[in-house]
Amino acid sequence: MNISMPALLSQLLLGLVNGSFYAILSLGLAVIFGLLNVINFAHGALFMMGAVLSWMAMNYFNVNYWVMLVVAPLIVGVFGVLIERLLLRWIYKLDHLYGLLLTLGLTLLIEGGFRSVYGVSGLAYSTPEALSGGTNLGFMFLPNYRAWVVVASLVVCFATWYAIEKTRLGAYLRAGTENPRLVEAFGVNVPLMVTLTYGFGVALAAFAGVLAAPVIQISPLMGQNLIIIVFAVVVIGGMGSIMGAILTGLGLGVIEGLTKVFYPEASATVVFVIMVVVLLIRPAGLFGSEK
Amino acid sequence: MQNKLKIIALMLGAAGLASHAVQAQEKVVIGYISDLSGLYADLEGKGGATAIQMAIDDMGGKVLGQPVEVLSVDHQNKPDIAASKAREWIDTAGATMIFAGTNSGVALATAKVAQEKKRVFFTNGAATSALTNAQCSPYTVHYAYDTVALAKSTGGAVVDTGGKSWFFLTADYAFGHALEADTAKVVKAKGGTVVGTVRAPLNASDFSSFLLQAQNSKAQVLGLANAGGDFINSMKASKEFGIDKSMKVAGLLVFLTDVKSLGLPATQGLLHTTSWYWDADDESRKWAARYEAKTKNKPTDIQAADYSATMAYLKAVEAVKSTDADKVMAYLKKTPINDFYAKGVIRPDGRMVHDMLLAEVKKPSESKGPWDLLKIVKKVPGDQVYTTKEESTCALWK
Repeated sequence: MNISMPALLSQLLLGLVNGSFYAILSLGLAVIFGLLNVINFAHGALFMMGAVLSWMAMNYFNVNYWVMLVVAPLIVGVFGVLIERLLLRWIYKLDHLYGLLLTLGLTLLIEGGFRSVYGVSGLAYSTPEALSGGTNLGFMFLPNYRAWVVVASLVVCFATWYAIEKTRLGAYLRAGTENPRLVEAFGVNVPLMVTLTYGFGVALAAFAGVLAAPVIQISPLMGQNLIIIVFAVVVIGGMGSIMGAILTGLGLGVIEGLTKVFYPEASATVVFVIMVVVLLIRPAGLFGSEK
Repeated sequence: MQNKLKIIALMLGAAGLASHAVQAQEKVVIGYISDLSGLYADLEGKGGATAIQMAIDDMGGKVLGQPVEVLSVDHQNKPDIAASKAREWIDTAGATMIFAGTNSGVALATAKVAQEKKRVFFTNGAATSALTNAQCSPYTVHYAYDTVALAKSTGGAVVDTGGKSWFFLTADYAFGHALEADTAKVVKAKGGTVVGTVRAPLNASDFSSFLLQAQNSKAQVLGLANAGGDFINSMKASKEFGIDKSMKVAGLLVFLTDVKSLGLPATQGLLHTTSWYWDADDESRKWAARYEAKTKNKPTDIQAADYSATMAYLKAVEAVKSTDADKVMAYLKKTPINDFYAKGVIRPDGRMVHDMLLAEVKKPSESKGPWDLLKIVKKVPGDQVYTTKEESTCALWK
């Protein structure tokens, strides 16, 4: 098979776009797992909620994309706070599996609810005007919106990383992960921190959902396929590692993109093959450390 | 102790009922297996079950003096789930007819079960022509459409208007492969060429990378050999990347719900083939209005076919006064279908041959209502688009 350089470049770029979604979603999962030890299966459903909310706002209230880019994550974040306060807090003492089952149940409820209202064919959401059209890069025609996806998600990812790794608040968070009792003894309200962290993690999912709305047809099922891949990304990057989640997300997007050129039939499975290999060689993931 | 006795009594009662169902073969039990929640759920799904029930109600709810029972299950697009469910229904619930919905892989698997157990098998949603060709069975009725008809109708029309070189974006399973192969055959027979193919996994979330490969091939026509959610997402990305400016996009299997979901601005002018359209004539409009009253949606062609097929089956059972599969099949194959959905015949290979509609998506300015989406370009006679006797490899039709 001969692939020209321009074709290869364009595929790398597209891989990066998809990788941006993986990065932002796996980042949210990693933050939540890091502090709550909960495997948040509802992440895909909340991602979908972000997208559907922006569609609803546009269709029923004529609220545009830019507003929803901020408002949808806030709404979903508040929803997340409720989930944490009402449901998740009861199961922290139990095995990881219970958190997984609880959030899986939530996923089924949320997706089922939206499916019964909107069906599965999906809702059309057009690209915001300021970002419609595209740029000819010489080797490919890149829709402006896709470029925006990469920029927006990189900014959000690295801001999150900075907040957690380099600020005082982040230091509390990290300390809370290591030893919640000790941190509480210093007068930090750990339960509140945990609640807000979950809210923030799912707000990231909703942000990704709004970003995806003009690209993927908005449908109750849109989170389902993505979330399985994103879990694999988190496992490959290492559970709880912030930078690991970001870099692995971007990297796997690119690898998946290349697979689509060289052996498209395997593009749905390549991430899982890598996951198996990584687990065999480094069970804690590429960036994780064994506790 | 008393409770235990009660439970045992209940269990015995239940067992008695079950064995009664098996013995009483004269009761009609339809087992409907379709995608009720996944990417194909809007094409048939729950609406299909509604259509089947409408047919039963129109027959008075009873056939051979007993109420008609419908069982339904979500196959989740997994052939193994569908096949084991069909087996279970036939063995323990007395299913007399298996009605397999969308997904060719599922239909091929359940058709095998029906053949082995000698039960009538209908499918409307599945597209693969293998059902009545290489894998044909004396108990299969393939009712609404198939990949050969789509290929000959849409593929033929596109080549005739100058689209000679093709690139296929194909769903990587039985249906996509069949649609691609059947269309490629038509393209080549009419003097066109196939420049390349890319096979995308079912339910891929992003199609842009496949579409760029299509664009780089410099082919004139992009043939989308996929359906439902996959078709929608590839259409959407082809607009975004401007593929539709350099290539003509041919949707090889397009449903009304796809067009509705994508909207007219994104689909206008799209040429495709459908087995029925709600606004094609008065009879169709009348039935569609009844269906809409129940579901708040206009029916797809598959849902209309579900009604028509159920009706044909129930009338056949009533006519031969038996649910015996051989007798019912013999009657079905000698009795023409004549209703709002189609005027056609079921051939010895199980193919229901009827006219197809070559349709074009309307411009937004031409549309007068939310469901006013298509204009019919022409009626394509069934004998011109379905597999011919010469092409067929089915042993039942020799």
